[in-house]
Amino acid sequence: MTHNLILRVIAKWMIPVILLFALYVQFHGDYSPGGGFQAGVIFTTAFLLHALAYGRDATMRIIPENTLKYLSCLGVLIYAGVGVTSMVRGGNFLDYSRLASTPISGQHIGIILIELGVGITVASVMLLIFFTFSRRVIDQ
Amino acid sequence: MQTTVLLVVLPLLFAPLTALCRNGKLAWALTLVLMLALSTLAIHLMRDVLFGAVIHYELGGWAPPWGIEYKIDSLNALVCVIVTSIGLLSVLFAKSSVEKEISEQVTALFYACLQLCVLGMLGIALTGDIFNLFVFLEISSLSSYALIAMGRNRKALTAALEYLILGTIGATFFLLGVGMLYAASGSLNMQDIARRFADFGSMHLVSTSLAFIVIGIALKAAIFPLHSWLPKAYSQAPSVISIFLAATATKVSIYVIIRCLYQVYPVDYWSSAVLPDLLTGLGCIAIVYGSARALTQTDIRNLLAYSSVAQIGYMILGIGLMNVHGLMASFLHLFNHAIMKAALFMAAGVFFYRANTTKLSELAGLGKEMPWTTAALIIAGLSLIGMPGTVGFVSKWYLLQSAFETGVWYAVIAVLAGSVLAILYVWKMVEALYFRPAFKVAIHHVPSGSSGISRTPAGMLVSIWLLVFSCIYFGIDTRLTTTSARTAVATLSSDIHIVSGSTP
Repeated sequence: MTHNLILRVIAKWMIPVILLFALYVQFHGDYSPGGGFQAGVIFTTAFLLHALAYGRDATMRIIPENTLKYLSCLGVLIYAGVGVTSMVRGGNFLDYSRLASTPISGQHIGIILIELGVGITVASVMLLIFFTFSRRVIDQ
Repeated sequence: MQTTVLLVVLPLLFAPLTALCRNGKLAWALTLVLMLALSTLAIHLMRDVLFGAVIHYELGGWAPPWGIEYKIDSLNALVCVIVTSIGLLSVLFAKSSVEKEISEQVTALFYACLQLCVLGMLGIALTGDIFNLFVFLEISSLSSYALIAMGRNRKALTAALEYLILGTIGATFFLLGVGMLYAASGSLNMQDIARRFADFGSMHLVSTSLAFIVIGIALKAAIFPLHSWLPKAYSQAPSVISIFLAATATKVSIYVIIRCLYQVYPVDYWSSAVLPDLLTGLGCIAIVYGSARALTQTDIRNLLAYSSVAQIGYMILGIGLMNVHGLMASFLHLFNHAIMKAALFMAAGVFFYRANTTKLSELAGLGKEMPWTTAALIIAGLSLIGMPGTVGFVSKWYLLQSAFETGVWYAVIAVLAGSVLAILYVWKMVEALYFRPAFKVAIHHVPSGSSGISRTPAGMLVSIWLLVFSCIYFGIDTRLTTTSARTAVATLSSDIHIVSGSTP
């Protein structure tokens, strides 16, 4: 893979578009088909394309594995945190209506935060899986 | 009220935090704190529902047929108590065992997975929504595959892979069944499905869904012909995981079977078909086959794993006999078997910790050197046989009573044969540990106790003896266990009549 100029140039153009599309799927998920799972996977494909075009090591420099580990846990914590916040405010677990002054805005905030948590975890776990399988031995 | 959901939320909060720990000891401490909290909550919950109250909890504030509902009665509370208390004791046991068996880098992940596994099992127990149940089933299964794969030699990987494949097939069957049921009923809430069952019960789709659900869960519960993953998985997993899974995983699946058969499908619907006879028959075969295979094993952990196959047979038999005492025997055995199998696997774990092996031939004569552990093993083994004064007797008593009432003679024969075989395989361990000349001295030419064998850590001894004492305590004072079993049966049969049952 030395003559991969075309691939690299195209990838450079494609990656921002893919990321943008992922963000659209993520944040438009409560009005149209989409949501955290789909967005997370699309988001990861941008990094996979980068890894295919520029090599895995370059990608790992952009987003190190340790960061990914923290991110994957962060997503779960966002999810659980939203649920606990609604419990603290006197509702049941994941009762979004309690999150803001009116139930409607509460539902909006709740679902966006929840899906954000899902998206972060899915994207980082997908990348972690890719890194794990593309690497033969554990490097210390 | 909020305590119910905390049982699921707390591990969800703790698991990611634990996964980030760099220090194995800190991860262990976090897990211990979590388990203490969970078991307190579970016992609290048990007290609330012990006499027939039912707690409803709506997730997200959405009303039941649409939203997910947690419904807790005496039966789920019992399962929660089993899972959390066994979880607590295995974590207490875990510290030194994990330090020895799991590499330092993945210790935090190990504990995080364990917490997720507990989360999944508690979720299965609490939820009243059948699809939500599938999700939790997957959470607990996926984490247990990972946990088994962390076993100390490479065979653990194939064992985990085998379990993964079979477990996934089981889960797929279950999901297909749920999908068909949803297609027919338009609902995922168990109570709602049961209430409107007459509207769609005549569809072929519904009977197909029953078959898929039962087969799927039977695979997860390792019921006789579908048990092949169990011995390998339990014997290759890290000691702590064998303890935890052997005592809880199959119990939770048995619980799901009971829940589905009694509170999703009406009893009349399936009891007229072949299912009760099938359960009884498979239960009997499992008892005899499991015990006989246990007898031929040369490794303690394999022996105990096959004995688990037999013990699952007792529970299935209790369900298949279709009367009050049979069901009570199943519930009691869920609890009792969890106690004794955890104690037995803990003893095996201590043997491995100190002598680096669980092969009977290499453990020969160790009874003199490790008297306390061996004594614990023997007492729990007596309970496995069903000695009066231990928990094993209580559940077998109810089971035999039920078999006599229904007049299923081959069940009586199977239970007795199982007990005789149990005497033989427990004797096999006793003989090796007490009556054979010590293996170490002959091979290594060193005075026993001076090399390789360290002291048993206090945490291990405390947890193993707590279990042994409860094994005897609940065998003598059966009020708590029988009350909760009776209440559970009453809850199940108040919704729907139990066929041909006599009230105790």
